[in-house]
Amino acid sequence: MMNKTSLLGLGLMLAGIALPAHALKVMACEPEWAALTQELAGEHASIYTATQALQDPHNIQARPSLIAAVRNAELLVCTGAELEVGWLPVLLRQAGNGAVQPGQPGMFNAADFVRKLDVPTRVDRADGDVHASGNPHIQTDPRNIAAVAPALAKRLAEVDPAHAADYARRLADFQTRWGQAVQRWTQAAAPLKGTAIVVQHKGFPYLSNWLGLKEVATLEPKPGVEPSSSHLSSVLTKLQQQPARLIVRAAYNDGRSAQWLSERTHLPVVVLPYTVGGSERARDLFGLFDDTVDLLLKAAK
Amino acid sequence: MSLDKTPPRLALLAGLVLSAHAHAQHRPQPTPSARPAAIAPADLQQLRQQIDELKRSYDSRIQALENQLQQAQQQLTQQAQQTRQAQDTAQDAARTAATAVATVQQPPAEAPPLADAGSASSGANRFNPAISLILSGGYAGLSRDPDTWHPSGFLPTGGEVGPGRRGFSLGESELTLSANIDHLFYGAITLAVSPEDTISAEEAFVQTTALPGGLKLKAGRFYAGLGYLNQQHAHTWDFADAPLVQQALLGGQFKQEGLQARWVLPLDRYVELGLELGNGQGFPGSERNRNGAGATLLSAHTGGDIGISHSWRAGVSWLQTRADGREWTSTDALDSTTTYTNAFSGRSRIWALDGVWKWAPNGNGRVTNFKLQGEYFRRTERGEVAFDTAGVHSVDAYSSAQSGWYLQGVYQFMPQWRVGLRHDRLDSGRNDFGANALSLALPSHNPKRNTLMVDWSPSEYSRWRLQFSDDRARQGIVDHQVFLQYQMSLGAHGAHSY
Repeated sequence: MMNKTSLLGLGLMLAGIALPAHALKVMACEPEWAALTQELAGEHASIYTATQALQDPHNIQARPSLIAAVRNAELLVCTGAELEVGWLPVLLRQAGNGAVQPGQPGMFNAADFVRKLDVPTRVDRADGDVHASGNPHIQTDPRNIAAVAPALAKRLAEVDPAHAADYARRLADFQTRWGQAVQRWTQAAAPLKGTAIVVQHKGFPYLSNWLGLKEVATLEPKPGVEPSSSHLSSVLTKLQQQPARLIVRAAYNDGRSAQWLSERTHLPVVVLPYTVGGSERARDLFGLFDDTVDLLLKAAK
Repeated sequence: MSLDKTPPRLALLAGLVLSAHAHAQHRPQPTPSARPAAIAPADLQQLRQQIDELKRSYDSRIQALENQLQQAQQQLTQQAQQTRQAQDTAQDAARTAATAVATVQQPPAEAPPLADAGSASSGANRFNPAISLILSGGYAGLSRDPDTWHPSGFLPTGGEVGPGRRGFSLGESELTLSANIDHLFYGAITLAVSPEDTISAEEAFVQTTALPGGLKLKAGRFYAGLGYLNQQHAHTWDFADAPLVQQALLGGQFKQEGLQARWVLPLDRYVELGLELGNGQGFPGSERNRNGAGATLLSAHTGGDIGISHSWRAGVSWLQTRADGREWTSTDALDSTTTYTNAFSGRSRIWALDGVWKWAPNGNGRVTNFKLQGEYFRRTERGEVAFDTAGVHSVDAYSSAQSGWYLQGVYQFMPQWRVGLRHDRLDSGRNDFGANALSLALPSHNPKRNTLMVDWSPSEYSRWRLQFSDDRARQGIVDHQVFLQYQMSLGAHGAHSY
């Protein structure tokens, strides 16, 4: 029984090698990196996205489908900074793919290429699910995307040297379009500077840093700990002394606590797409920030 | 973490800048010596060439310098940001103290950044393996004496079976150390401290990380890949105790000491094949004093997603192991104070089917999720049994075919809270002791157990569980069991398999 199956597997593997048009197999841990890889690699890559916008990237099951994806991948594009610490190490061990182990060219961590915020001065689980190397939610600042893009293009060229020229060309093209877009968003969002906001999870420091938003309260008492009613009432008291204008949460967050606070404070809740696929408009990276900026501007009016 | 690299980088940068200066002062020296008035056309040509050359070399050097500078700036801004944070906290503290003293100009050195503290504790420690510690314990209220617990109709197994001790007790505390050994191997050891203060290696293995073609080899002691739950550590179980079928047919968790090979097929669908060769000393095998492998295990698993909200895994495994004088004690049918030691020698085979299905709305299990899991085991044994090895020593053929299964569902109905229901059932099947039937015959009984559990996990790292069981493992006896249990995870963030 086993012999037949392994022969079949071997045959399929050989068939896979024999196929002429080979697209680089990429597994992106989060949709934003799938979108960036798509921008930089185009038809040269076939991309599998491990998570989607309505999922909490901290809490993902190491599902069989993901083991298969890691097994077949030639390049993993992940956030790093311990965001995937609860599931990626298991996948890497179970998939048995030496090319994508940490330290190999096949393992790309985007967070290595940006300046991280919220680097804790002490690491203690009493402070919740803290990330020792800083806040990993780097994708909410388009300037971080700009910082990651050249590094990713370089890595694509390293893993797939045959198309190096194409990656360089696509990078230059992306950088031009992205640079203009960032300028446009930054200008459009200028009125948001100084806006006081309440966030659900500490997932927006990069967005706040970019747009000059002021986070006055967090609905989660500690990162990764569900909002409790006692904590929410303390947030309510805090907001009386330090008023805010918006409540911001990601599409994947449970909406009830933000709703609860909104009903009592009459503050609008802004559900940001957070990543590609998090809203109707956020179909790619450009749509993600078009929508993010528009939603914030509309709510802050 | 990267901050500790700053000083050498800065030094490097400073060095480069200095050397660039030195070059800048040194190189152009020949040109000023040729005064403007005395310049010949040939000299001019030479000069131009020199300048061009200089320019080219500087261009590349400047490029390199710029890169260095950019990196250093990144490090610096990061440091500056931390300093700012430190200043902010310092300022806050000062403000709350409400002293009239000026609060500004706190020296940033007073709050050393994290990475500095790390680098101070010597570089050698940075290679320490990841440490994770599981603390568990609780309370058990049992309406029947746990010492008499035994599933009727099955041969005693020994090992960690039964509901455990009554009253408060420490559960099994586990200490796991793991790390990559080098570019080829990963290693891990899990030490378990039992409530009786004994320490044992639950698992201790090395595993390859860089074999080609999706192949993995493991050597050492490890939980066998037999079914689903057997290869998971107890702290990841959804109930306080193991399913009855695992206790009755395997004597708890089945460990191998030997080799394991696993291969994930290069398909879009997950298909994994496993082969294990072990010494087979654990129940249902026994120590054999032989060179060859005693236990052979074959397994095949597959799984996938159905839409975005559902995922599953299912598989089949087959274990063959050999026993050579596997002993157990029986009591005389008429006089319960008289006991006999008996022994089984022969082969034991187990077929196991396992299936898990998980649901989470949009694949996000944060608020609600559901997990259904079930396993079926069938064990056949064939060989001979010696009755009363110390006395009459009556040997005759023995064969048996027994089975059991469980099905359990665990539902997270709101964040942090889960409720679970489990049904266990065993079939004592056929036990043929031949000529020893009169002395050893086992009752025909189909043990049953129903279990209800509620648990609360305030964070990923802690869990409290309350469990009620209606245990009918013993013929004609109902044992009402209540367990209160805590399980805490300290240290390295454990990543759990599916």
